[in-house]
Amino acid sequence: MPINDIVIRVAGESGEGIVTIGEVFVRIAAFSGLEVYTFRTFPAEILGGHVIFQARIADRPVLSQGDDINVLVSLNQEGYDTHVSELEAGGIVIYDDAVVTPRDSDRHLLYPIPVSQIANSLNFPRGSNLVMVGAMVQLMGLPFERAEQVVRRRLGRYAEMLPKNLEALAAGYRYAQERFPSHPPAYLVPPEQIAEEKLVLTGYQAIALGALAAGCRFFAGYPITPATDLMEFMASELPKAGGTVVQAEDEIAAINMVIGASFAGLPSMTATSGPGLSLMIEAIGLASMAEIPIVVVDVQRAGPATGMPTKTAQGDLYMAFYAGADEAPRFVIAPSSVEDCFYQTINAFNMAELYQMPVIILSDQALAPRVETCTFFNLENIRLWKRQLAELKPGQPFERYKITHSGVSPITIPGTPGGQYVAEGLEHNEQGHPDYSPEMHRLMTKKRWNKVNAARHHVFGLENAVEEWGDQDAAIGILGWGSSLGPVKEAMVRAQAAGYRVAALFPKILFPMPDVRIRRFIRGRRILIIPELNSLGQFARVIEHRYTRQLVQDSISVISLNKYDGLPFRPVEIFEEIKRVSALLTRRTWPR
Amino acid sequence: MTLDHPVPIKDLKSDVKPIWCPGCGDYGVMHAVLKAISELQLDPAHIVIASGIGCSGRFPAFVKTYGFHGIHGRALPLATGVKIANPNLTVLAVSGDGDGLSIGAGHLPHAARRNVDITYLVLDNAVYGLTKGQPSPTSAWGMKTKASPYGTVEHPLNPVAMMLACGTTFVARGFSARPQELAEIVKQGILHPGFAFIEIISPCVTFLDTYAFYKQRVVSIPENHDRTDRMAALALAFETEKIHLGIFYQDPDSHPHHTTLSEMRQKISGSYSLQALLERFRR
Repeated sequence: MPINDIVIRVAGESGEGIVTIGEVFVRIAAFSGLEVYTFRTFPAEILGGHVIFQARIADRPVLSQGDDINVLVSLNQEGYDTHVSELEAGGIVIYDDAVVTPRDSDRHLLYPIPVSQIANSLNFPRGSNLVMVGAMVQLMGLPFERAEQVVRRRLGRYAEMLPKNLEALAAGYRYAQERFPSHPPAYLVPPEQIAEEKLVLTGYQAIALGALAAGCRFFAGYPITPATDLMEFMASELPKAGGTVVQAEDEIAAINMVIGASFAGLPSMTATSGPGLSLMIEAIGLASMAEIPIVVVDVQRAGPATGMPTKTAQGDLYMAFYAGADEAPRFVIAPSSVEDCFYQTINAFNMAELYQMPVIILSDQALAPRVETCTFFNLENIRLWKRQLAELKPGQPFERYKITHSGVSPITIPGTPGGQYVAEGLEHNEQGHPDYSPEMHRLMTKKRWNKVNAARHHVFGLENAVEEWGDQDAAIGILGWGSSLGPVKEAMVRAQAAGYRVAALFPKILFPMPDVRIRRFIRGRRILIIPELNSLGQFARVIEHRYTRQLVQDSISVISLNKYDGLPFRPVEIFEEIKRVSALLTRRTWPR
Repeated sequence: MTLDHPVPIKDLKSDVKPIWCPGCGDYGVMHAVLKAISELQLDPAHIVIASGIGCSGRFPAFVKTYGFHGIHGRALPLATGVKIANPNLTVLAVSGDGDGLSIGAGHLPHAARRNVDITYLVLDNAVYGLTKGQPSPTSAWGMKTKASPYGTVEHPLNPVAMMLACGTTFVARGFSARPQELAEIVKQGILHPGFAFIEIISPCVTFLDTYAFYKQRVVSIPENHDRTDRMAALALAFETEKIHLGIFYQDPDSHPHHTTLSEMRQKISGSYSLQALLERFRR
């Protein structure tokens, strides 16, 4: 029975307050000094449809949502029926016995709490969720004072309801205490003292805070699941910093406003999901051509067209890398944890501003809304890179698109006397005047791509551009990107404990590709496992294409581990693949 | 930003030679716009002209202000971003009837709803010129072109009536062949604190020469028209015998978007600190 590393799943109908129960409970755990990591799926409908909120809670850093469920909280029969098969043998079911009848009751430990009855007895039927939270706090061993603090902080907005909410919380806690005097076999032990300074926040919030730290002062967006929360957070915070948020009429308007605002001097961003990104692609080409810094966040979701808006995927890599007319250089960055979201967003703004380029941040539906505990952000060590302003010389025409070694041409901001130029979407000469000559198109294409090469040499000096760990001499290497880093890390801990040797590399900046680091990483390996939440193995194909010669010469095999069911990797899936691939290596026929 | 002297029109022209055909209405429009800028003593370093695609889209290249030649149909959102980022700039957007009323038409009601302080010039020649003569949203019903060999089956839009219905706070129509009157309309549009929509009849001599047609039909809006009366303006816009030129409507109480935004910021802002914001997430 696990103690201090527990996976709790709350399941029920959308509209029953599943997410409220989950969010309040994980915050109580986090504020009690434990580490948390949440995962949720929900239907796109506001009311009705199946929803889960899952939290892994431990006394050490948590990197994935875990494998088996230890505790299932269900508020209706369907929630119980759908999820009980994933509950470990001997696992705990906490449920409202007025509406849920457990089958299979000898396999699990049952903790019935008549939440609606308790709430009704308080004349507060809507309080049943907090009754459940109170019972969960007691059963899982969390301190009641922390629970009270969190409810005050989180639900304090509805001041007139606060006494009722606290009453419901206490009633649930007391009921569980009286009915179940001893702990269930799985529970949590919060540390006596909370030493380290930590933050508890979502991926959205980390990106938004990173943007604010990077000096972002304009945001335009259009509502789209699962990126809307980012716009809402910016709408609340950006005006306080003197900035502006516009809810545009569509994604095309949003990104063009962002380009206009950046042209006028403000670091600017938008956020969307795959369908919105595809609408923005033409304008990303414009930002690339006219050399205007912008940051575009893509919270990836599953499926083409409307697909599965509330499910996760890593399927937009090709679109981020390549989509658009002809060839438009851009940068692509993929953060891998909530904490990383903050620092990579700063990298995104820095690269956009310094190189006057569009930068796409690839987040996803699992990373963006999840709550993690992370080390307090250090604002003092942040270095901001600014766009290089032109020194204007009287009598000399300003050359906005001057060809330079790095490809970066100093810029002016409207309002600067003598700095007038036209930001041009047509091919143009150094002055920015339209020019279709073969020579000019060749020169300017090269100039724009030179910025990618200049960045390749420059940004990989950044400490957080790449994350590499594991057994350096291992024959098996895992190469991945984005939010699958956590499950890979946990799988590797297990693999190493079981005697398998594995190394891993996750570039955070994917475009430009960190060639030197990747070449060094794959040298001497025999197998590269590339785990991705897509069906084609998009990153694997990029790697195969880019490093063909080395892979062929050194007989290194690339094995794609593809998952495309709308759900994130579980550590066990990566671990099983490590085991399978290790067995392949021991075969005599495997190429040496 | 105004100067203490006007910049002469010739000094507002860049050294890029316009690509427009000789006789194109757009020359007249450019002259009128430069005249308005000069007479208002605006500082060209504080003007941004955003444009989309089409013959009209080339406008910024020929003048010595800041400019942004964007993608097809997106002059308005580009200009909106510019104006929000720096409300001290004078922002104009230039489109044609294809750019502004077809591919970019979705932005029109929203620019009007925001009342963003942009002067939007739609250079209407009722034909796609740059792609050589296809019908546009303002082409007459039944017009035969290479793309509509049996005549168009769509009815033309009435841009002035449409923008009046959207709640635009300044709606006008000018004619490139009447540059004096047009310059005055553009001046009023720039001075108007809010979204100013100006349809400018600007004939295409190559694919649809309508000079004679319009010269017979255009009349200035009668002096007794009350331009604060939106319904009277709509009645004028729907008149079919005559094509009225001038300011159809202007809201005397227009409150521009950037002012609303700055009032909102003043209401909510205390002292901003990122560190304090982080504290909200401290465990």
